Amino acid sequence: MSLKTINAAPGFQDYLPKEYQDLLEDGPFFKQRKVSELGSFKEVIEEHPMCSGCAMTLFIRLVYLGLPSLEHTVICGTAGCGRLAISQGAVPFIYGNYGDTNAVASGLKRGLDIRFPDTPKDVVVMAGDGGLADIGFHGVMHSWFRKEKFTTIMLDNEVYGNTGGQDSGMTQKGMVMKMAPTGKKFEKMDMLGLAKTAGVAYTARIAPTNPTRVANTVRKAVLIAREVGPTFIQAYTSCNIEYAIPTPKVMDDARDVEKDRYGFVEYFSDDAKAYWEESEKERKRLRKAEKK
Amino acid sequence: MAQVKESSYAVVPGPEGILPPAATIMGVPLPEEGEGLVEGKIVNEAEALEKAAIALLTRKNATLFPGPLVLWGWNDHTNDKAKYFFDVAHELPGIRIIPMPDYRPIYPKIDPEAVINPCHPNLTIWHNKIEACVFIGVHCHYANITLRMVRAGTNCYTIALCAEAGHEDAMCSVPNFDIEKLVRFRDAIIKVKKNGIKPLYEGKGIVPTGWAQISRLSGGNIEKPEDESVGAGVTAAFAHELETGLDETAE
Ligand SMILES: Cc1ncc(C[n+]2csc(CCOP(=O)(O)OP(=O)(O)O)c2C)c(N)n1
Ligand code: SF4
Ligand SMILES: [Mg+2]
Repeated sequence: MSLKTINAAPGFQDYLPKEYQDLLEDGPFFKQRKVSELGSFKEVIEEHPMCSGCAMTLFIRLVYLGLPSLEHTVICGTAGCGRLAISQGAVPFIYGNYGDTNAVASGLKRGLDIRFPDTPKDVVVMAGDGGLADIGFHGVMHSWFRKEKFTTIMLDNEVYGNTGGQDSGMTQKGMVMKMAPTGKKFEKMDMLGLAKTAGVAYTARIAPTNPTRVANTVRKAVLIAREVGPTFIQAYTSCNIEYAIPTPKVMDDARDVEKDRYGFVEYFSDDAKAYWEESEKERKRLRKAEKK
Repeated sequence: MAQVKESSYAVVPGPEGILPPAATIMGVPLPEEGEGLVEGKIVNEAEALEKAAIALLTRKNATLFPGPLVLWGWNDHTNDKAKYFFDVAHELPGIRIIPMPDYRPIYPKIDPEAVINPCHPNLTIWHNKIEACVFIGVHCHYANITLRMVRAGTNCYTIALCAEAGHEDAMCSVPNFDIEKLVRFRDAIIKVKKNGIKPLYEGKGIVPTGWAQISRLSGGNIEKPEDESVGAGVTAAFAHELETGLDETAE
């Protein structure tokens, strides 16, 4: 496999559908695009069948923007709303069985490192709160304890959205849901605390209110995972259907929830901090050199 | 040598019904090197190539479906193979080319003029009224399910030119399909034409399809697919043991 992958074989370019021609000519491969460039280049996701206004779709779009090298990335997902959009992206996607994502990603990352020792290949798990904190919990925790070098992104809509409103471990205590009519009985799980305990190199909690921050956080998490160890992003991505948030109010809700209990926090292990500071310095130096 | 050479099950154009059995379950074996598989029976390679050539020359709106393994120039081998793919295409008057660039479940909207997708290949075949097709460069696990879906819902004669073991679920298949076999396939097409098979679309070149999207090739000159030859009412809803319907009261 090589960078040539993203080229049609001779003679075939004209037979490709327009979407693919645009991806080849003006896609986000081989260069890091910025939020300010959205709308001016061909994105890897064309359309999706998720509910209109779903905050998760906005977040997923921003994740694609933040990934540092799309052409060398494999995303692992599972059952849940997010995969309906993620599987449409022009980035390799592996559908693990519900609960298997982090085990699949562990094997995949190790295999890619053996197969391509000279090219960093990024593996990113992106799945729901139910998929990661409930049914996939043991796989997530063990991948962290084993220090597997990939990023886990939790699309935390605080509910089983795809199956119609059961409470998950990440649902807030007391929340009444369609299929939790007497209210959630237990506290929201502290996945960030668990990640720290398990030795995760970088963790972040984020809401999709600031697109540049989302893209930068994703980029940071993936680069740290590449060099240091497991990273984890817990993202508030409201389910406007199960939480009855009117579509035009989805971003208002995100801002309110962010202010109330989902503010941006990030945590670096010592190794991750040292690596990140050093690589930031290096990037600044390169930018300066480029300007000259 | 394969142990089983014969099965009473014929892999023929459908529509075979909602749930056709996998041909392998019906005892259809895979061809070995030097062999081909035609409608569930092992034949020699030359015979299989000629059967494929005749289907593509004589059935309506015949189409080549290049898959990711030939479509993308991901190594020197695929870049070389592309040339021989087009050599074959140029021997088939009126042939259409519709790519399967990847296996993303294109959803909610597929553009069946421009693309074929393994999750619903029948849509592309119905829409373009394709009665013979070639799958080439499609990974086996997707080709298998695609071929069954096509057999289930369409009257299309499927040909799988497979780089690996061949496909029982295609009406015609040849294994280990490398550049040499592409050359032999081109020669087989030339031979059957010489032997008197008259191409249905004599005198035509490659017909650009997905016209809305590849106007660069067609120059806006749109050629709609011809109506299919199988009319309504000929199709079976179920095949084989399902023909009589399921006994819903059975325990
Ligand atoms: C092993 C297994 N158990 C149950 C299911 C059914 N299932 C599909 S999606 C889903 C819930 C998804 O919730 P979450 O992971 O939070 O994703 P969301 O839809 O909320 O984004 C469940 C239980 C399944 N597909 N596999
Ligand atoms: S059910 Fe909820 S999470 Fe799923 S697509 Fe709809 S709004 Fe989004
Ligand atoms: Mg959820």
